[in-house]
Amino acid sequence: MPLIEFTDKGFYCRPGDFYIDPWKPVNYAVITHAHSDHARWGSKGYLCHTKSKPMLQLRLGDNPYDTVEWNEPVYRNGVKISLHPAGHMIGSSQVRVEYKGEVWVASGDYKTEDDGISGAFEPVKCNVFITECTFGLPIYHWKPQVEIYKDIQEWIVDNQSNGKISVLIAYSYGKAQRVLTAAAEVAPVIYAHGAIYNAQEMLKNAGWNFPEVIRVTKETTKEELKNSVVIAPPSADGTPWMKRFQPHSTGLCSGWMQVRGNFRRNNVDAGFALSDHADWKGLLSAVKATGAEKVYTTHGFQSAFSRYLNENGIESAEVKTEFGIEEETEKEAPENMEAS
Amino acid sequence: MKRFAALVNHLGASTKTNDKLQALQDYFAVAEDADKVWVIAIFSGRRPKRMVNATQLAVWANELTHLPAWLFEECYHTVGDLAETIALVLPETKTAEMTDAHSLSYYLETFGAMQKSPEEEKKNFILQQWAVMDASERFVFNKLITGGFRIGVSQKVMVNALAKFIKLPAATIAHRISGNWDPATTTFEQILSEEHAASDNSKPYPFCLAYALEAEPSSLGDVNDWQAEWKWDGIRGQIIKRNDELFVWSRGEELITDKFPEYAALQEVLPAGVVLDGEILPYDGTMPMPFSVLQTRIGRKLVGKKQLTEAPVAFFAYDLLEYEGQDFRQQPLALRRKKLEEIVETVNHPVLKLSIVLKAGNWNEWTELRRQSREVGSEGLMLKRKNSEYHSGRKVGDWWKWKIDPLTIDAVLIYAQKGHGRRSNLYTDYTFAVKDGDKLVSFAKAYSGLTDKEFAQVDNFVKRNSIEKFGPVRTVKPELVFELAFEGIAASNRHKSGVALRFPRMLRWRQDKKAEDINTIDDLKKMLEVYGK
Repeated sequence: MPLIEFTDKGFYCRPGDFYIDPWKPVNYAVITHAHSDHARWGSKGYLCHTKSKPMLQLRLGDNPYDTVEWNEPVYRNGVKISLHPAGHMIGSSQVRVEYKGEVWVASGDYKTEDDGISGAFEPVKCNVFITECTFGLPIYHWKPQVEIYKDIQEWIVDNQSNGKISVLIAYSYGKAQRVLTAAAEVAPVIYAHGAIYNAQEMLKNAGWNFPEVIRVTKETTKEELKNSVVIAPPSADGTPWMKRFQPHSTGLCSGWMQVRGNFRRNNVDAGFALSDHADWKGLLSAVKATGAEKVYTTHGFQSAFSRYLNENGIESAEVKTEFGIEEETEKEAPENMEAS
Repeated sequence: MKRFAALVNHLGASTKTNDKLQALQDYFAVAEDADKVWVIAIFSGRRPKRMVNATQLAVWANELTHLPAWLFEECYHTVGDLAETIALVLPETKTAEMTDAHSLSYYLETFGAMQKSPEEEKKNFILQQWAVMDASERFVFNKLITGGFRIGVSQKVMVNALAKFIKLPAATIAHRISGNWDPATTTFEQILSEEHAASDNSKPYPFCLAYALEAEPSSLGDVNDWQAEWKWDGIRGQIIKRNDELFVWSRGEELITDKFPEYAALQEVLPAGVVLDGEILPYDGTMPMPFSVLQTRIGRKLVGKKQLTEAPVAFFAYDLLEYEGQDFRQQPLALRRKKLEEIVETVNHPVLKLSIVLKAGNWNEWTELRRQSREVGSEGLMLKRKNSEYHSGRKVGDWWKWKIDPLTIDAVLIYAQKGHGRRSNLYTDYTFAVKDGDKLVSFAKAYSGLTDKEFAQVDNFVKRNSIEKFGPVRTVKPELVFELAFEGIAASNRHKSGVALRFPRMLRWRQDKKAEDINTIDDLKKMLEVYGK
């Protein structure tokens, strides 16, 4: 029996009797990060990184949460579990599982570039590596964060000089904090959609020190919004909520913006290929750094990435999961929605 | 070139026509004249000469990237555009090495000049350019090299921008830039000069186009103000006779004189200085034949005896745009029609027919006539205001197409493939099947008719319910039922089902139906019997 089995509830470690990011309720779930496709409701107990806990509480309600720091091992039935920075978002972690000398690592979502917020990705040696591959094709390679930040800032300044409001579309957890950091350097005040505002409030209470955002409400005047920057989640794009920003230009921040067609069908004015996932080169370097004898690929271009690894001397197989649909679930999550 | 790449990016990103218009206007204001000429050419569908084909370009790119061929294929099917795929997989250019070495016109002229150069020279040239460009410039460069350039801006928008920039009416501009000119040898002044336009015997007029009539016909007012004709499904064309020469143009502004040798006889008999607007239709001497008959000869470079016998054509004349050497388009339709009838009757040649004017006393009679469209082989009615001038392009109000409802059939989705352009990385190209006993038989492909949201839902279904993968094609669990609409049906031995549909598209997603509720191959055969003649 392999140390981690791929079941219809998720990745299961039988000797330790726990799951990693299960998509159905289980007894004990080790959570890589707080995005809704990885952290699901209904399990009896959870283990997560200390910094993930406030977000999980907000999303999944009050549950028994065990928390650990990175590189702080805990044991279940003699199985050693430890979390290691994945660089994807605040608190995001790879899960290292060790039993009788064998080591498996489940990556969760990760990016190899240090964004200054999520913690720097740590390569972890292992026998078996389960990797995401959302952007597992060589058409995806990211510009360094500083350059993308500069693009975003130039776009904002350009909008300001044309009397336009800059509406930046970014996920509430992860992307929004990066975009906020970039925008704050050129915009004195930053407005936010309710979902983003709630996320920022929660992070503030958890001790984070991000630039302040002002919540957009019915009382927010045209005069206040003039030439401003607004951060909104994807669910707000194209809704009547956007109508108050006149005139505005919309910028979408996502790795998918790398490809013209994707960008064009989103009907936005600007696209910034800013991603919280590793690009092709990042995935390859991460896989190599683990030294793993066997690599399982999940969510994304898993069959192409797996075949490429096999052809390049790394034994690999693809695994079907229910990850990678955070876009849809985020739209449905009621606590993120604002009434208007 | 950077400036043009920026323009293309801007046009691709923009969703508002006014934005596009402004971007083009701004470009015209600052660009070199030689570059403007090329921009006019490219955005009016004049393809630059192809220096190498796309496959060759991909081979050279792969030599640089060392990617396995299957992985490049995978990338291509995800991106949906070969030029862009190449631009994305090439090794990144370091910022310090980027230059803006050459202008748009330099590149396009070089592509033309190097057409016959040895392959090694072409390759060296292209590799050198890639090495100093960023991904967005490479995309534009690759697009230009491979000769295809559709980037989501209509000719109309370009013409309007140019009209604003040089302060001439858009219709005048549309006419001056029409027809036969070579961007490599024509200057910006020449394109826009009246004398230059007059010196070109072959120059066609911009076609007048109609919008679909959605409202009740009675909303158009007095029935006596309108002329009605059958709407024919062939190739819209212009026949020009000037200075004893005859030219035939398609609506796509392609000179197709040689493809329709039947019309050569008109060179003798047509009066001098006339331009006719009409439909190129396959015609057996009594009735127009289905469009599929015409399809057997339009792709061919040389039209042989077989095509001439099996798919003979006539020209069904709609309108008279030039008369006695004078631009006749400002005259009212009633007068143009009268002169047209005189000409066609005098010429009295079997390849030149009049598109007949239908007689009716009130809208109900025309509604009734329209119902009989399929029986005469037409798609519906055209309504034209009798006192209207001949407009340039599409304009609301004077011309309406009033098509009959399409034929429809319920079918199940069985194969899916990722789309192109703005459907990149989404499963949007589908193959459909009808029932044949307890088996399914594929009979049509369709790519359009769903909303973005529906496409996203189907894409999601395909990803979760694919059975097998054949290259870019996924076989899908036969579960989703769609009502397909199409304009016509013809027998075909190229398709397993034995039928070929004209312009199939998804009319609606029948979420209320299950796969067992779809139509059968016998239903299709019955339709073929009724409508396929």
